[in-house]
Amino acid sequence: MDKNSNKYIFIYSVAMVVIVALVLTSISVFLQPKQKRNIDLEKKRNILSAIKIDYDKNDVEKVFDQYIKEMFVINTEGEKIEGINPLEINLKDQLRATPENQKWPVYIATMPNGEKSYIFSFYGTGLWGPIWGYVALKEDLNTITGAYFDHKSETPGLGAEISTENFQMNFTGKTIFNENGEFVSIDVRKGGVGNDIHAVDAISGGTITSTGLKNMLHTCFSAYLKFIEKNKN
Amino acid sequence: MLSKKNIKLLVDPINKNNPITVQVLGICSALAVTVKMKPAFVMALSVIFVVAVSNFIISLLRNGIPKRIRIIVQLVVIASLVIIVDQFLKAYVFDVSKQLSVFVGLIITNCIVMGRLEAFAMSNSPGRSFLDGIGNGAGYGAILIIVSFFRELFGSGTIWNYHVIPQSWYQAGYSNNGLMILPPMALIIVGIIIWVQRGKNRDLIEKN
Repeated sequence: MDKNSNKYIFIYSVAMVVIVALVLTSISVFLQPKQKRNIDLEKKRNILSAIKIDYDKNDVEKVFDQYIKEMFVINTEGEKIEGINPLEINLKDQLRATPENQKWPVYIATMPNGEKSYIFSFYGTGLWGPIWGYVALKEDLNTITGAYFDHKSETPGLGAEISTENFQMNFTGKTIFNENGEFVSIDVRKGGVGNDIHAVDAISGGTITSTGLKNMLHTCFSAYLKFIEKNKN
Repeated sequence: MLSKKNIKLLVDPINKNNPITVQVLGICSALAVTVKMKPAFVMALSVIFVVAVSNFIISLLRNGIPKRIRIIVQLVVIASLVIIVDQFLKAYVFDVSKQLSVFVGLIITNCIVMGRLEAFAMSNSPGRSFLDGIGNGAGYGAILIIVSFFRELFGSGTIWNYHVIPQSWYQAGYSNNGLMILPPMALIIVGIIIWVQRGKNRDLIEKN
């Protein structure tokens, strides 16, 4: 057949596309369970990182079950909703929903020293894509004991620094309520925050990511606010 | 298999015919992924795989590909391979795949891959094309690793994420060069590499 005829080109393209589609789908189906498990494990690892628990890469699940004694889902009124696995909650969908319909996961860890720690889940936008994280509060539901952030596609070396321990440890000890008990969230600010206990230093060269992080903290803390206030005392 | 000619296919692109410093292809991703060494390394491996395998496949198909849609066929092959790499990274080396994020997908737009398909695989046997792909991927990777070494060292004070600049230097007033992290410095480092390379290998200097 003439290789430049329309018929040949047409048959060639159809065959090529079908073969490629088959190969790609089978690879995707074959690898999906592994990828999903990676994502679940990652969630558990992130939660453990937020409360600064060391874990061995191979028994994340065991360590998670050992420390996270309670996990449940709440609405923005701070009431528990039964029957939903908090690990299955996709915050991206929740943020799109109207506030009344949002569901937020809460994890409660019992630390080695017997203290309780509340872990909340965060989701927002950075410069190139989504950013997310977990922040753990002390039993007083005011002081941060640890934070963990991650991102999909922030610039390596710049915005991507939010996922480094060096940046995250700045959050420890900061408080989200001021002396008058008003909610102030945590500011992520340029140019040296000094002793401000409601703010951390932003990342140089990562301004948009830093601002995104600040907005994410404010938005998600606000959604948890009723729950936090109810359980504060 | 490893005759002199074939070894030339492998070695030439690493120095005398380097895709980045001599042909000036694939500059875009060389700027993007060279802030740290580890992602640069995985990126280099991924590109080697994609160039080598796509060269091989296109070379196998070269007699059947209709001339008028050959670019599309090449793109489909490259894109599929890149998706496969991405899926495997996500399943088996999840952490690294997170670090590379969008850049794996951007291998599709890497001019080296298409350049090799057009210039070599369309007119050479599969075996030779495969070697050519490995050579060119390695040539690209070598530059990536050199550039990322300097950018990570001066930009973050680390090599492969290990701190190498002693704390005492920082106390003495040394500080990391933030400019190194930004893409323009990659271009300048690539420029310096080109300078050094041409200084050593005078054949590469343009005659006019």
